[in-house]
Amino acid sequence: MSDAPTKNRPDTAALKVIGTRPVRPDGVDKVTGRAAYGADFRAPGMLTGRVKRSPHAHARIVSIDTRKARALAGVKAIVTAADFPDLASQEYEAGESASNLRDLAMNVMARNKVLYQGHPVAAVAAVSASIAEAAVALIEVTYETLPHVIDVEAAMAPDAPLLHSHLFTEGVSPRPASPSNIAKRHLFVRGDVDAALAAAEVVIDRRYTTQAVHQGYIEPHACVAEMAADGQCQVWSSSQGQFMVRTYCAKVLGIEISDIRVTPAEIGGGFGGKTTVYLEPLALALSRQSGAPVKMVMTREEVFTATGPTSGSVMHVRLGATREGRITAADVELKFQAGAFPGSPAGAASMTAIACYDVADFRVVGWDVVTNSPKVAAYRAPGAPIAAFAVESAIEELAQQLGLDPIAIRRLNGVRDGMKAAYGPTFENIGFMETLDAIESHPHYKAPLGPNQGRGVAVGFWFNIGGESSAAVHLSEDGGAVVATGSPDIGGSRASMAMMAAEVLGLPVERVRPIVADTASIGFTGLTGGSRTTFATGMAVVQAAEKVIEELKRRAALIWDVPVETVTWEAGAAIGPLDPKGGARRLDLDTLAAQSGRTGGPISAEVSLNAQGAGPGFGAHICDVEVDPETGQVTVLRYTAAQDVGRAIHPSYVEGQVQGGVAQGVGWALNEEYVFDVDGRMENAGFLDYRVPVASDLPMIDAVLVEVPNPRHPFGAKGVGEVPIVPPLAAVANAVRAATGVRLDDLPLSPPKIRAALQKG
Amino acid sequence: MADLDYVAPASVAGAIEALAGGGAKVLAGGTDLLVQMRAGRVKPQRIVDLKRIPGLIGVRQENGGFVIGASTSGAELGEHAALIHAWPGVVEAVQLIGSTQVQGRASIGGNLCNASPAADSVPALVAARAICVVVGGQGRRELPVEAVVTAPGATVLAPDEFLLEIRLPPRAARASDAYLRQIPRTEMDIAVVGAGVSLTLDAAGVCSEAHVALGAVAPTVLLVEAAGAALIGTTLDDAALDALAQAAEAACRPISDKRGTAEYRTRIAGVLARRAAAIAYRRASERT
Ligand SMILES: Cc1cc2nc3c(=O)[nH]c(=O)nc-3n(C[C@H](O)[C@H](O)[C@H](O)COP(=O)(O)OP(=O)(O)OC[C@H]3O[C@@H](n4cnc5c(N)ncnc54)[C@H](O)[C@@H]3O)c2cc1C
Repeated sequence: MSDAPTKNRPDTAALKVIGTRPVRPDGVDKVTGRAAYGADFRAPGMLTGRVKRSPHAHARIVSIDTRKARALAGVKAIVTAADFPDLASQEYEAGESASNLRDLAMNVMARNKVLYQGHPVAAVAAVSASIAEAAVALIEVTYETLPHVIDVEAAMAPDAPLLHSHLFTEGVSPRPASPSNIAKRHLFVRGDVDAALAAAEVVIDRRYTTQAVHQGYIEPHACVAEMAADGQCQVWSSSQGQFMVRTYCAKVLGIEISDIRVTPAEIGGGFGGKTTVYLEPLALALSRQSGAPVKMVMTREEVFTATGPTSGSVMHVRLGATREGRITAADVELKFQAGAFPGSPAGAASMTAIACYDVADFRVVGWDVVTNSPKVAAYRAPGAPIAAFAVESAIEELAQQLGLDPIAIRRLNGVRDGMKAAYGPTFENIGFMETLDAIESHPHYKAPLGPNQGRGVAVGFWFNIGGESSAAVHLSEDGGAVVATGSPDIGGSRASMAMMAAEVLGLPVERVRPIVADTASIGFTGLTGGSRTTFATGMAVVQAAEKVIEELKRRAALIWDVPVETVTWEAGAAIGPLDPKGGARRLDLDTLAAQSGRTGGPISAEVSLNAQGAGPGFGAHICDVEVDPETGQVTVLRYTAAQDVGRAIHPSYVEGQVQGGVAQGVGWALNEEYVFDVDGRMENAGFLDYRVPVASDLPMIDAVLVEVPNPRHPFGAKGVGEVPIVPPLAAVANAVRAATGVRLDDLPLSPPKIRAALQKG
Repeated sequence: MADLDYVAPASVAGAIEALAGGGAKVLAGGTDLLVQMRAGRVKPQRIVDLKRIPGLIGVRQENGGFVIGASTSGAELGEHAALIHAWPGVVEAVQLIGSTQVQGRASIGGNLCNASPAADSVPALVAARAICVVVGGQGRRELPVEAVVTAPGATVLAPDEFLLEIRLPPRAARASDAYLRQIPRTEMDIAVVGAGVSLTLDAAGVCSEAHVALGAVAPTVLLVEAAGAALIGTTLDDAALDALAQAAEAACRPISDKRGTAEYRTRIAGVLARRAAAIAYRRASERT
């Protein structure tokens, strides 16, 4: 199926449900504690699984002796790499991030070598957690430790410790003669940047660094998995995609996809970090060996050391401009840590780096570099916040040098409809200028500042995607409806699905119950990521609801014995031609549903599609901070985030997405970072010393929704969940610079670093 | 698997007896102990919950001073108007611990006996010159707060001893205190540096007595006598505050770790001591 048909579509001017703020369908369960998250599921006879993890950042596995652990009473299964097929290298597309299945399998369970502290080497299932933990301690692993490398530039050096002997840099020609830690070079070029820089009247030349940060979801990874004697598997887990879990488990274990049924749990945050598997294949392998269901739940320390994070980086930006502030050249180099296996978001970062700007000559180079740290996972607009930190900081510096207003310089250079984006396509129906207007006219922008206070501005871009989705609409006999989709709800999508179906059907939203269906109960749906769900799955929901209306009209025509073409659907009812006596013919949804048994049976429709035409999103943020010059402490005083959201289906949820993205971005800017000791072990694997912002660290974040509708979506929706994390790193850093007069190009801007910089002056 | 035994005696004698066997840990709010047990850092065989012992929870006024039961929570101290009036610094220090939820459990005695160099209430108690009453098989003894903790995680308490109460001395007419800490966020964190200052003014507003204590800049909380001395005889003018900050910095013997470098901690100790002294001075001056 391609794009939606336009018939039966409510007139957007007369929307009754879209744009309102009904009670959230998932709200009561969440606030009462009834919502069943990954760790809440239990099966009869269930065992507890635990993982034996590498204490070393880099080592060869000489031997694994499980005999003592197996001899412990209550231990039912132990698996190592020997229990999994040794897969061939194979790329697999999943939403925003492609995975190599061999790397995925070797990340789930180390084979021959461990590549980071926390890398699994064995897993155990036992009748209790304490026995499983005792068994893990009894497994004897002999390692030959190897030199490790975590810093991205150190990893790129020719004499760096080599993680993979088979890794030859892609994207350079000729192909390198020897392996290295550089997995790939991404390159985007237009014109002659060197000549343009040489000719520029003003040049900014800066180096920026950021550290690895974790998605910081509150719910640790958790699952229950069972493989029956006939090979049929069931998995209950919290993830961003039950179909993704199904495919990855099948591939890692070498079994059929159709032999696995995955039921999604309520999810306690993912932010991209739950777009891959860690525990599920281990739990299935343990279940295969023990014959019992196996439950596995990570500790917070495991979450930090063995899942996520996103890349740390070193970036170099050179901008050339005219004295009027027109940017003529951009030369950007991005070096990204990938962690243990290739796949950093250096590519997406390269594509987004200058996407907000119309620049004649540019060169953006992105390096994907493996390091002895956990393999990076997607994190909200993967790569874009990092690149935006560098580029938006450099633009700020340019504006300052030229005495230009930060919004004016962005307006002067910003992209508009019809311009060719730096990453390829031509922009259409974008709302970048409108978001700039929104912050410029906001009272925040002109509000006075006190001593030691400063204001920063930054903008951000994210593609947003569409992709494969399925949705079903089932009418119940009392005229209510169930909307089932294959998209896990990580940001309020159940509310928007119910609202879009209610709008089309002409029902009050309370009569539409949205659910997230398991892999056996709905058609294939790509994972929730890329801000695609309200756009793509929403399109499937709208089309399914429209099919239901077609069917309802057919039933009404049957009852009236009139041609179906003469029946229309208005405000939740079928309207037919006048009856022979001149009376109006009207059958509402309740009546038609109640009679469905006699008119042809149950009424439902399922639509599977591959949605195209997601509208890219832009955001523009203003941040005020106060810096304590003696302690280096930064207080975020005020924050305003304007974003083009196409059309907000449920505005409260959209505002929540914007606020959440800003909160995470502020944490990234100020305090969050992976800290490794000299042996490459993470020193702050807990929420005490890995400092995400707490509520009292943040002001109320003012989310300003700008609506430039996306004509490719039935109601104009664009993806909203990722854009808001793109500008904050630079917005905060620019505000700190404004407050202190000192440039700080190394995140996070933690108090000791700021104090030290202020002392130096 | 080792068994874990839980007892909640209703008397001091019963608690001493329960502790006598060894392998036991005292439980107050459990906000340190249970976290450490889960992490596998402590593995007691028995938990002795003190909270049923009469007097362990609550505040009473005695001979012009205050007696705080060791297991009294921050939430409870934060509602005691007379205590807040006399010792605002001690109460604000206890109230910095954790969040609203943690406040309902975390006790002042647990904060001290957990023996962290960064415990928030301890610098305030040291500056207040509080006295600890300890009971055990060998009877009862009293010692100044700063004598309880000997090293990170270690105290002078014998296995069968526990802290019964903390005594705050009577207050002069124009006296007050203050506590400040540096953390990279606004709450739910561990002090990178903490500074408690308690002082007494004469009728002319001249400082007649001053005590300064610093947390997280040495293996145990420091009572910095030179810093207190720098304030005596002054009205906390800039010169006095500079001398205070210098003395505070000179006393620091911090480590560098993921929470802050030694250099940062040392400088912040001076900054916070200065700011806490100014707050205590203002508070004391407002009393006539
Ligand atoms: C989320 C969180 C945030 C926190 N934030 C802070 C903070 O900001 N600042 C801070 O200083 N601390 C903080 N803490 C640590 C902790 O809450 C405090 O140290 C608290 O005061 C401990 O008191 P408790 O009653 O819970 O002690 P418990 O955990 O019950 O006991 C702590 C230790 O003291 C011993 N003990 C307790 N009472 C006695 C007694 N009467 N006699 C002898 N030994 C005794 C116990 O055996 C144990 O070893 C935090 C903890 C958590 C979980």
